[in-house]
Amino acid sequence: MSEHRTGIPPADITGSGRLVATLGLVTMICGALIVAVWQWTLPAIAANKKVVLERGVKALVPDAARIVEYDAAADGIRPAQGDPAAGAVRFYATYDGEGRLLAIAAEGAARGYADVVRVLYGYRPACECIFGIRVVQMKETPGIGDKIITDAAFVANFDGLDVSLAPDMKSLSNEVKTVKHGSKKFGWEIDAITGATITSKAVGRGINDSVQMLLPRLRPNLEELKREKGSGK
Amino acid sequence: MTASTKQITNMEQLLEGIWKQNPVFVMTLGMCPTLAVTVSGFNALGMGVATAFVLVCSAGLISLLRNFIPKEVRIATYIVIIATFVTLVDYIIQAVSLALYDALGAFIQLIVVNCIILGRAEAHAAKNPPLPAVLNAFGMGIGFTIGLLALGCVREILGAGKLFGVSLFGASFQPWVVMVLPPGGFFVLGGWLLLFAWWAKRKESNHG
Repeated sequence: MSEHRTGIPPADITGSGRLVATLGLVTMICGALIVAVWQWTLPAIAANKKVVLERGVKALVPDAARIVEYDAAADGIRPAQGDPAAGAVRFYATYDGEGRLLAIAAEGAARGYADVVRVLYGYRPACECIFGIRVVQMKETPGIGDKIITDAAFVANFDGLDVSLAPDMKSLSNEVKTVKHGSKKFGWEIDAITGATITSKAVGRGINDSVQMLLPRLRPNLEELKREKGSGK
Repeated sequence: MTASTKQITNMEQLLEGIWKQNPVFVMTLGMCPTLAVTVSGFNALGMGVATAFVLVCSAGLISLLRNFIPKEVRIATYIVIIATFVTLVDYIIQAVSLALYDALGAFIQLIVVNCIILGRAEAHAAKNPPLPAVLNAFGMGIGFTIGLLALGCVREILGAGKLFGVSLFGASFQPWVVMVLPPGGFFVLGGWLLLFAWWAKRKESNHG
């Protein structure tokens, strides 16, 4: 390095104590600011998330009078508190006015063409099937990938999609699979959209991954869920 | 006399970023969010306001601390301050609208590395008292928002037939989809830069 650097005469060099003190003080001010704003915005953010979730679930189950959040972990299901623990699947039990279980809703996610595609699906225990989906988030190509919302034939795939469990209750009897357009034969297959195969497959994969995790944990506890507990909430 | 000179200076500080040194059209800085999030007027406005907020707050705080921060750690300090305000914006946008938060995605966090903000901190706020620093940053913020809106509105009108979500041409309109895809960002930015260059040249030749 050159000794002739202009602008910084030797007398101007700051001691390291001063440098550490400056950074320490600035980070302290910044930390306090962040905590203050975090606490201030927390209730509004939680309320926003709840509204978005309820709107999504209500669109799937219009008759739902109440929505109760649960987490399905490997060792059973429990009422949801905060963010789901690692490995647990969050699901939403919907009840009618008299506290009877209507349907279960949960979210599946898989990588699509541009970004992760997140869909909320509705599961009806009586028919062991999915009866509808709603796209929660996607950034797929407008006019191509967004056909997963607008294409009526594709949406119809999810009216009665078979997700019954195998006799051992550990996995589905048949994996949910997205097949080439026009070659759907079975109730567990999804007919892809021509030109939007990657996005169609992402929807199928997201649902399959989520259902494979959730249903084996949910089925043994289904009786407990059939009536809403403590209707105070 | 001094008052009037100062008045002009402050006004000039504000106008510099809006027009003469517009970050998008003149300095072509911060192109990453400019091209990426301007698929609609609403997104452009959200991003512009978020960036302006970070610009103004960080310029104010840096200007207040300018005599206290040793030059050896100034960049580290500026980045910590800028990152703090970006974190605040992140929380505030989530509290205001989750739809906007999802639409802007990672680009909210990436405001930290927007070169307009560090550029303003280093070139202006660190050398000026709080009032001119804040005014200059505010002008830059407005200029950036105008730039984003100019792109966002054109892309939304051409690519979706809408403006701020309101349908303009009725059901028979066939959207020009490429305009809301990444190439459309370059097309529209190129168009605007062409227009500004042509206008500047015309003004020059009129004067000469």
